[in-house]
Amino acid sequence: MAKAPRIKIPNEVRKGEIIQIKTLVAHEMENGLRRDQGGTLVPRKIINHFACTFNGKPVFACELEPAVAANPYLAFSVRVEESGIFRFSWIDDDGTTIEAEETIAVS
Amino acid sequence: MRPVSRRDALALPAQFTALALAGAPDPAHSTPAEAAAEIEKFTGGAAVEPGKITIDLPEIAENGNSVPLAIDIDHPMTAESHVSDLLLIAEANPWPRIARFQLTPMSGRAAVATRIRLAGTQTVRVVAKTSDGRFLTAQKQVKVTIGGCGG
Repeated sequence: MAKAPRIKIPNEVRKGEIIQIKTLVAHEMENGLRRDQGGTLVPRKIINHFACTFNGKPVFACELEPAVAANPYLAFSVRVEESGIFRFSWIDDDGTTIEAEETIAVS
Repeated sequence: MRPVSRRDALALPAQFTALALAGAPDPAHSTPAEAAAEIEKFTGGAAVEPGKITIDLPEIAENGNSVPLAIDIDHPMTAESHVSDLLLIAEANPWPRIARFQLTPMSGRAAVATRIRLAGTQTVRVVAKTSDGRFLTAQKQVKVTIGGCGG
């Protein structure tokens, strides 16, 4: 995958604060219905699963269908009680996994 | 499919005209029954009640290829009582399912946002499952100027 996912997350938060995490990953999300110029169907190829964990604990997950727009954008909330590491993963139909991580500090 | 103008219709031989006006069945759309079946699969047949769910979707989406969608549910997010699952359904898309979100008490707030594809003007439904086994729903109508599902 050419481009790294974009993740927007505050660097520092107060204990117990609810933050919003915004993620975006470059992916065509080919829905399997489109025809190319020769008229043949372009096979389906989408990100079908996204997951976010914090210090190893699941926080948020999502099953995506072809009805999610290209370059899937996902935003969700997390209550942060301690400093730690968020890990993000996007799984493609072909099994490729895109991974990213972000650290956060509680002040 | 391009709308058939009166002029186009008159220019065609009669048998084609009849076909065009009748509108051939469109395989690229699911039926409300399929959407209901997806919801049934999610709820396991349990009763679904209207919930305090805010669906933020444009009233008119010019481009069905990317329609911003935000959902905010007024529900506590504690270990005892929280929203655990969220199902998004678009009745008139090729497949009714849009996505399914799994939330945890760590979410702090039952709010998600994404961008979706809509094949045409239709109703988007949200069904939320709470940790105590209740199902809440809400829906919103969106007008789509240009559909976004190929086909």
